[in-house]
Amino acid sequence: MIDACDSCLRRSHLTGFLAGAIERRGPQAERGGEARSFLRRFDPRAARAALGVDAACGHSDRFPAQLRELPRPPAVLYATRLDRVGEEPAAVVIGSRRPSEYGRTVAYGLGRGLGAAGVPVVSGLALGIDAIAHRGCLDGGGRTVAVLASGVDVAYPRTNRRLYERIREHGAVVSEMPPGTRPYRWLFPARNRVMAALGRLTVVVEAAERSGTLITADCAADIGRDVADVPGRVTSDVAAGTNGLLRTGAALVTGPQDVLDLLYGVGVRQVPASPAPTLDPQDERVLGLVSRGAGVDDLGRELGLPASTVRAALARLELGGLIRRTASGAFMVGGAR
Amino acid sequence: MWGEGRARRSSPPVLAKVKTFALEGVDGVPVTAEVDVRQGLPAFSVVGLPDRAVRESRERVRAAMANSGVKFPQQRVTVNLAPASLRKTGPSFDLAIAVAVVAADGGLAQADISDAVCGELSLSGEIRPVRGALAMAMAARREGIGRVLMPSANAAEAALVEDLRVIAVPTLSALLDLLRGQWQPEPAKPARAPAEPDTGAPDLAEVRGQADARRALEIAAAGGHNLLMVGPPGAGKTMLARRLPGILPPPSMAEAIEITKVQGVAGLARGGLVVRRPFRAPHHTISASGLVGGGIPPKPGEVTLAHHGVLFLDELPEFGRAALEALRQPLEDGCVVVVRGQRAVTYPARTMLVAACNGCPCARPAGDCTCNDVDRIRYARRLSGPLLDRVDLVCELGQPPPPALARDQPPPESTALVRERVVAARRLQSARLSGPVSCGDPASATASLERLSGRGQDRVLRVARTIADLAGSEEVMRAHLDEAVGYRMTDPMRVAA
Repeated sequence: MIDACDSCLRRSHLTGFLAGAIERRGPQAERGGEARSFLRRFDPRAARAALGVDAACGHSDRFPAQLRELPRPPAVLYATRLDRVGEEPAAVVIGSRRPSEYGRTVAYGLGRGLGAAGVPVVSGLALGIDAIAHRGCLDGGGRTVAVLASGVDVAYPRTNRRLYERIREHGAVVSEMPPGTRPYRWLFPARNRVMAALGRLTVVVEAAERSGTLITADCAADIGRDVADVPGRVTSDVAAGTNGLLRTGAALVTGPQDVLDLLYGVGVRQVPASPAPTLDPQDERVLGLVSRGAGVDDLGRELGLPASTVRAALARLELGGLIRRTASGAFMVGGAR
Repeated sequence: MWGEGRARRSSPPVLAKVKTFALEGVDGVPVTAEVDVRQGLPAFSVVGLPDRAVRESRERVRAAMANSGVKFPQQRVTVNLAPASLRKTGPSFDLAIAVAVVAADGGLAQADISDAVCGELSLSGEIRPVRGALAMAMAARREGIGRVLMPSANAAEAALVEDLRVIAVPTLSALLDLLRGQWQPEPAKPARAPAEPDTGAPDLAEVRGQADARRALEIAAAGGHNLLMVGPPGAGKTMLARRLPGILPPPSMAEAIEITKVQGVAGLARGGLVVRRPFRAPHHTISASGLVGGGIPPKPGEVTLAHHGVLFLDELPEFGRAALEALRQPLEDGCVVVVRGQRAVTYPARTMLVAACNGCPCARPAGDCTCNDVDRIRYARRLSGPLLDRVDLVCELGQPPPPALARDQPPPESTALVRERVVAARRLQSARLSGPVSCGDPASATASLERLSGRGQDRVLRVARTIADLAGSEEVMRAHLDEAVGYRMTDPMRVAA
């Protein structure tokens, strides 16, 4: 359903057009009067017919109320399912495109826990933390919202195409740019402010200093949203930004329960406990050591078990979804990605 | 007529024939050196598709004959290497040509020599070793030739062929004495395996830690499974791979002869029976034809040189795509067919593949890696799915423990100890009728396998069967299955979905 008036539709299309023109031709783009000729050519009726997705402009009741708190809200919000946006207090989970294994594990756990608790996870479909948080939320059975810089029909980055399809099916993909808009560089910081506004709380998992993730955190703080943050190792590049946020007063998050406490008050809502599978004592001990970062050989040495037994135990734990293998073959606690 | 006097002085022209062998693939092919000596301007020509080395043999033959006290005929000498359609390469025809020239000139009692002759001549008349002596001797046996005259350095190797008399010949003059019946030497003794094999081979006892990878290596050896080791540089992947040939069962006599034959053709044999399984570790810049064989004339590739042994590909993703794709067929069929021009040459290639790679492009240990998903996927894609289909076991290696920690541990097992278990497991395998792998406990099998694809299940079952054999178990148990599941391939593409 399209709830957008002609002037808002025109503004939104003009922004998308100019973002492309500036990327192609630099700041001179405007001088050539291209904007004027674009506006002359623009036909709201034709544009409306071509949309093919939900849209609501600032004058509509269906426009998510959270976005009105932005100093410059989008003219129109396009979405694959507008009814799935802003229905409940949501958490924005964002972070580095090049996370460490630690960051991956935490982001997945957060997404999954929040998804299971019914808290929508808002993120940006970027590589790394964003994608992992989306994936966790979907795996936990929750609704997740991907805020794109491009039009909602442009799956970018292409690596996340399959994830994009999953999100369209079980959540929503939104954007302030009209469908078909390519992901111009200029649009990403603008996207970040929409993302920050859609959540009640922004959780940063891993971020280097001066990263796009921190822009989102700043946007959130500017419009009075809470910013929370997962502490990282002080020696790690991708923890410099997050640990800096902690210093400036961001709340500390160690897992999905902390997020629930921040959103609803301490102890009001609980992350549903996943039924703990019964393990035999030996597998239990292996699991305990893996959670402390032990490698395959450490396990055998510490438990005095032959390599064959350790392998078998690891396979059982992996099949049970209690640990997973990283791309480089190490084992980590946390379900399959 | 002016020619009459000359014709009366020399004996009537005769056509001399001597049998020798060319190499094609890893097999000897019979070749006859025919020599015709007749009146005319003194000339010496070789026909029958000779290459440069064969054409140059004219100079060696002429000098060697002169230095052995045999007159080279001052007439028109034509050598034909029959069959003329087969391309002849290398210097191993020297000796046959020399003997045929002497016979054609009337220097021997008979012109058609029943013995086969192989060898390269030096200018002084000494006989140098040739490549592929064993392959040639096997061809001689096939052709029903009773006696082969070989360079001394090759005689023991050639004598491995049963029902064939091999005579070691040091020089051209000794050879001529033999053919004239003035020298009757004993046939050469076949080369024997040295009493203490593998003394210089690396031993598993030198690898500290890495219990998991050692176990994977043992399973791979017991089942003949191809193995992929993933781990950071310096973790010991190459060290372990080098020790795999040692824990494989020692080659049987038939296998040893095949290894010797292949190595001999490639010029790698040292003149005796090769009792150690080969280990080949080509550099990753190798071309497809270097890996599987090819070139003009065709040469065996690394996969053939590793026949009955281990082919180790370090830094697997760095190998050229064409080279890896070319490897798939030989790994499946155990042989390579190289077609060059109009000839198809078959090389044996029954080998175990051991590959190694880093976990991700940055090659840092798991905790410090910051590669993004795109980098990792691109790296994993280079491994070419179809080749990884032939890999049954994947094991990940971490950094080895610091020496202080390792000192507290019991000393690592030696190669001999592990080999005993491997040999026992292989004995169980050959005793069992081949057939589909069944599982002793269907319910637990379902639990272990339900999340794997069809192909993944089949592979896991085969590895589980090997693990059960190592344990001496008749049935495949849940623990065996779980362990096999633990060594399966992690899907690198999973990161993307």
